[in-house]
Amino acid sequence: MKFSTILASSLAVLALAGCGKKSADSSAVRIGLNVELTGELPAVGASSRNAVQLHVDQINAAGGITLGGKKVPIELVVGDNGAKADQAAATAQRLLSQENVLVMIGPNASSCAIPASEIAESLKTPMISPWSTNPKTTVNATTGKSKDYVLRGCFTDLFQAGVLAKFTLNDLKSKRAAVLFDVSSEAPNGQANLYRETFVKLGGTITAFETYTTGDRDFSAQLTKIKASNPEVVFLPVYYGDVALITQQARQLGITAQFVGSDAWSSPEIIKLGGAALEGAYFCNHYSTEIATPAAKKFMADYEAKFGQAPDDVAALSYDSVGFAIKAIEAAGVTDRQAVRAALASIPSYEGVTGVMRFTPGSGDPVKSAVILQIKGGKFVWVANAAP
Amino acid sequence: MEYFAQQAINAIQLGSIYALIALGYSLVYGVLSMINFAHGDVFMVGAFACLVLVSFVPLPFFVALLAVMAITALLGALIERAAYRPLRQAPRVSAIITALGCGLVIQNTTLSLSPYPRQMPRLFESVPFEVAGVTMNTLQVLIIGISAVFMLTLDFIIRKTSWGIALRAASCDRGAVVLMGVPVNRVISLTFAVGGALGGAAGVLYSQAYPVIGASMGVIIGWKAFVAAVIGGIGNVRGAVLGGFILGAVEVTTVVMMPSTWRDLIAYSLLLVILIFKPHGLLGKPVQQKV
Amino acid sequence: MRLLRESAAAINACRWAMPAFCVALMIVAVAHEQCGLFNGYVEFVLITAGINIILCTSLNLVNGYMGEFSVGHAGFMAVGAYAAGLLAVKILPGVTPVWAFPLVVVFGGLIAAAIGFLLALLSFKTRGDYLAIITLAFLMIVKSALENIPFTGGPRGLLGIERLTTLPQTVAWVIVTLWVIRNLVYSKFGRAITAIREDELAAGAMGVRTREAKILAFVVSSFFGGVAGSLFAHQLQFISPATFDIVKSTDILVMVYIGGIASLGGSVLGAVLVTILAQVLQPLGTWRAVVMPLTLVFLMLFRPRGLFGLREFAWFLPGREWLRRRKDKSP
Repeated sequence: MKFSTILASSLAVLALAGCGKKSADSSAVRIGLNVELTGELPAVGASSRNAVQLHVDQINAAGGITLGGKKVPIELVVGDNGAKADQAAATAQRLLSQENVLVMIGPNASSCAIPASEIAESLKTPMISPWSTNPKTTVNATTGKSKDYVLRGCFTDLFQAGVLAKFTLNDLKSKRAAVLFDVSSEAPNGQANLYRETFVKLGGTITAFETYTTGDRDFSAQLTKIKASNPEVVFLPVYYGDVALITQQARQLGITAQFVGSDAWSSPEIIKLGGAALEGAYFCNHYSTEIATPAAKKFMADYEAKFGQAPDDVAALSYDSVGFAIKAIEAAGVTDRQAVRAALASIPSYEGVTGVMRFTPGSGDPVKSAVILQIKGGKFVWVANAAP
Repeated sequence: MEYFAQQAINAIQLGSIYALIALGYSLVYGVLSMINFAHGDVFMVGAFACLVLVSFVPLPFFVALLAVMAITALLGALIERAAYRPLRQAPRVSAIITALGCGLVIQNTTLSLSPYPRQMPRLFESVPFEVAGVTMNTLQVLIIGISAVFMLTLDFIIRKTSWGIALRAASCDRGAVVLMGVPVNRVISLTFAVGGALGGAAGVLYSQAYPVIGASMGVIIGWKAFVAAVIGGIGNVRGAVLGGFILGAVEVTTVVMMPSTWRDLIAYSLLLVILIFKPHGLLGKPVQQKV
Repeated sequence: MRLLRESAAAINACRWAMPAFCVALMIVAVAHEQCGLFNGYVEFVLITAGINIILCTSLNLVNGYMGEFSVGHAGFMAVGAYAAGLLAVKILPGVTPVWAFPLVVVFGGLIAAAIGFLLALLSFKTRGDYLAIITLAFLMIVKSALENIPFTGGPRGLLGIERLTTLPQTVAWVIVTLWVIRNLVYSKFGRAITAIREDELAAGAMGVRTREAKILAFVVSSFFGGVAGSLFAHQLQFISPATFDIVKSTDILVMVYIGGIASLGGSVLGAVLVTILAQVLQPLGTWRAVVMPLTLVFLMLFRPRGLFGLREFAWFLPGREWLRRRKDKSP
């Protein structure tokens, strides 16, 4: 028994020593990636990681980033947050404290991005979230001020809610909308509430406002209530796994209303999981493959060549976010977090594959346009643009 | 009126699935006084087995159902043989922890092999129809019907066949049963097999109704079915069925009347209240303890 | 090898080994706080290990020493975490000073202890599997209640908790926990608790005050569960009800049963081992979550009571116990 004590404690000491040795290799630029590789949203994390890896590989193939006259390779450190808020916080701690990354890209899901952003803010490290649309990611909820170190690569839910509300009223000519959303997740919650506010302000009526919790599979009770309220449009600001189940159950119950979604739908997995019930549904997105600029077309070709499928909006936004970060690191010239943050603030706009990211001073939210897409014939089809 | 009837059908469908899984818990508890925490994951394996089978060979629904039941029966018996039988003499808590561990191993292996949620292909066409203003579909009828058939068959087996009598005898006094010449090990393996088969069937039916399956679907459903088994009186086959339907009814009623986040709170509070007043469940009989 | 064994024997024989070790730990912790001995990640792992030790030991009191099967420990952790978090974020204005943090932690522990008291009352009527189910129901009720009360931030969690858990604070609380539980276990009430595990009816018949013992066990266990929760909240800076579900409870159970039931040294060993394995096995990705339960299953098959079940390190024993064992061992 005594010997095993010694054994156990020496094992512990060795392990700790091993953990400690992994300090920063100062000859490479380390960029951290905090994404949803497992859990509820694996397609989102995979897209993000693929796109960031693609960009990093492209830069490294040319020798690396130019820092102070020399070319330095980029080292990408990937962490998995499992689409869970506490795991996102722990991964952020690991990336920022042990792995000593210069900049953190991600998380994508707002429920993960918000806690990770708190940690980035308190550890004074720049963080860019490619896909998180909830306002709380870049704004401190208690003080109302913008966070210093957190940026995002996309528009916010405030803008998106306005776009979708106007689309429902003007393009779909529908004044009666019902909403079903996941109350336990940040993005759906924010989107549902903002949509309701904007829709009512513009003169529409919300006939039903139903909720469910993450992990629920059976929506018959909520959908029965929605059916009884007779809406023209059912707004579903939820992630792709749930959309498939909800739309199928809704059609089976005899609901014939038009489905409208948010950018949370954007993964192509939704078509694999959804089937016929999704045909004809509209949703808001960050970019469309059909109206691509030449730079975007090149990105799409490269991505498809390497990963065998067309990139979705998460991939495009991640590509842009890491591109922006790399440009700032080059402008800063040193591997120092404060310098990179200053450089990020000094670049007025960045032209990426999703359009131009223009930041106003004092805000971490870029001014960007949205697109409305429709699911037709098993594909995403571009319908309209919406500029801010 | 139609609205309530509609919700009642939802409750019965959900309750049937809980009842099928709860039966697995009750059967095993009755014979071994052990809570088989790996059962929820056997349910999940049933759904995935169905997916794998039909993606290789297009099978009609009933053939797939029976094939999956055979697979999960084997899995149940295998878990018993490998993990529980060596621990029959050990403290009961160790067996329970082992069950938890087995469940986690199964769940995480499936997660590692299939991290993405998958779509379950429709094995037969569900046709919606209206009865007295209530929209139902043939899938719901099938689920409720098949569950009812299984439950009645099991009840018949327990009451009338020699295996059922051996099972009930083993629940009463395992030592005496061995002296009577009953092959106890075989009875126990058979129990786990039957429990596994029912869990697998529930997995197939559930994945037809809610066609997106993931590796963690067994966890919450497993715990809920366990609660259902306890409400009805764990160890009691009829109690498991009753508990399943009660839980289904409570869950649907809660979601109808308040936001779905209250559902777990109400269901578990109800469980607590029932246990305070009837500590052995609704149909359970108090066990006398010899001092 | 023989030198190792001899020095181990020498350390074992010395009564001052444990207090000296505690003082050394505190010195190292404070030194880290001042000069930054370890990098942030190692500090994170050490604090996590400390919190796990507190959780493991407090659960061992109810599961190991008293022989119950409580799966609700994550619920006490949740109550403590939220109580401390809400106090720090919503009730106390501004930044919490460092000296006030132990008070915040104690507050979290006290609220959890109050809930534990209720659970103890419920445990009078039921034992065994039914108590397990009641603790499960309790855990789900706590989690669900936290999801539904808007004041706690609802299902999306509580943000903005300051980073107040430092290495010295954690080490101090670990020492306090082990000391209190050790003294409890080797006292009159501790004997009562063990008697309940062996045979509750016989103990009652012999005049052991089983009700008081049960209340004490649950209250102390839940107090330290709450303490661990408070430290956890102030380490991660963000808590949500989803963190404190049955999976978390299962993790704590795994630590207790790997380390060994009814053994303080076992709890420490189990907690540290599992924490370190979780970090070391990270390259395995999702397969890590297969390896850990598989290890547990194999362990249960060969050592059903855990690595150190029902045995105890000599260093943890109080004076009279230690003397008694030495006397028994010497010829």
